[in-house]
Amino acid sequence: MIVRLWGTRGSLPTPGASHARYGGNTSCVTVAGGVPGALTVLDAGTGIFALGEELPDDLERVDILLSHLHLDHILGLGFFSALSRPGLDAHIWGPGSAVVSLQERLSRYLSPPLFPVRLRDVPCRLSLHDVPHGGFELPGLLVTSDTVCHPGTTLGYRITDGTSTVTYLSDHEPALGARAFPEAPRWTSGYDLSAGADLLIHDAQYDDDEYDSHVGWGHSSVSHALSLAELAGVRHLVPFHHDPSHDDAALDRLYAPLVQGRPFEVTPATEGSTFDV
Amino acid sequence: MAQHAIELILMRQLASYLVTPMFVVDTAGDLVYYNVPAEQMLGLRFDETGEMALEEWGSAFKPTDEHGTPLPLDELPLVKVVDTRHPAQGSFWIRGLDGVSRYISVAAFPLIEQGGRDLGSVAVFWEERVR
Repeated sequence: MIVRLWGTRGSLPTPGASHARYGGNTSCVTVAGGVPGALTVLDAGTGIFALGEELPDDLERVDILLSHLHLDHILGLGFFSALSRPGLDAHIWGPGSAVVSLQERLSRYLSPPLFPVRLRDVPCRLSLHDVPHGGFELPGLLVTSDTVCHPGTTLGYRITDGTSTVTYLSDHEPALGARAFPEAPRWTSGYDLSAGADLLIHDAQYDDDEYDSHVGWGHSSVSHALSLAELAGVRHLVPFHHDPSHDDAALDRLYAPLVQGRPFEVTPATEGSTFDV
Repeated sequence: MAQHAIELILMRQLASYLVTPMFVVDTAGDLVYYNVPAEQMLGLRFDETGEMALEEWGSAFKPTDEHGTPLPLDELPLVKVVDTRHPAQGSFWIRGLDGVSRYISVAAFPLIEQGGRDLGSVAVFWEERVR
């Protein structure tokens, strides 16, 4: 599988030279390698716009897997060119609700007055799906999902092509309320999704001091991401969802002492980077 | 052993912060956690008992009615919730593993996720009197 990061920023887009290297677009990641003509997209933050500019002409199907519906994860959806291609099969998957359908929840943003085009009027062949509990299949890929610790119903995804595994936990606070973190795997949010993953893309919004004043906001410190990665025995951690207040220099300072000497590889997320998993 | 559902994890975290005695069981009714206030009422630390099957915890504390008659398992509020997925409540005597008899009130409720999947049940205890 080829994994590419189109948006790495958490919470709010941060355009400008000071944030350019790690990236200013909000969450969007692609996973390619299932079958030709199909593409899997994780979240639809502003990074999805650049993805739309580079879509191959022979794309037949795109599956957009939303972790949750906070604005930074759906902000780019209406600007994704794939939705404007007549005849293209587009599937949007998101967390289920016993009360309001995914269509209705997304339409709160993708409808006037907040957006000029209604979701139901996009030219592609659009299908919306509540993510079923457990696993489901996409072309050439098996996806396992589960709810994880973040305000509102939020999903993590574990994707495998039968050979390699990628786990995506973009917004995740596994340390919430824990007396000591990490605890036993059985009591650790996100453990099953992460266990033994070849690549773990994980929330790392704060440094340790910042986390202390943001407990319950639904995000991890870099230290927590490292601890979960070690507990879960992953091969490669990609700290992700950088705080908007952290410019490139701040992120360099944050990560320099933390990435060496681990039993797994650590590569802080930068916009445009790719991983061959 | 598979990881618990996030709702069960968060319930355990919450229970660990409260002074209200609480039991958390899984969908089969097997005990997966009780907090420190419950430990004091039951007379044994969770670290010592560990997780317990329903039949085990249901009889370990010797629940009886006002007349000292043992209560069948399916009369316990928490077991009713496991069986019916409806909230239940009741009062009865238990004998803690510390040898003290306590009359307790119990309110129990199911944990059901957004998609309707059963995740387990929770019981909140209150000690009314001892003898």
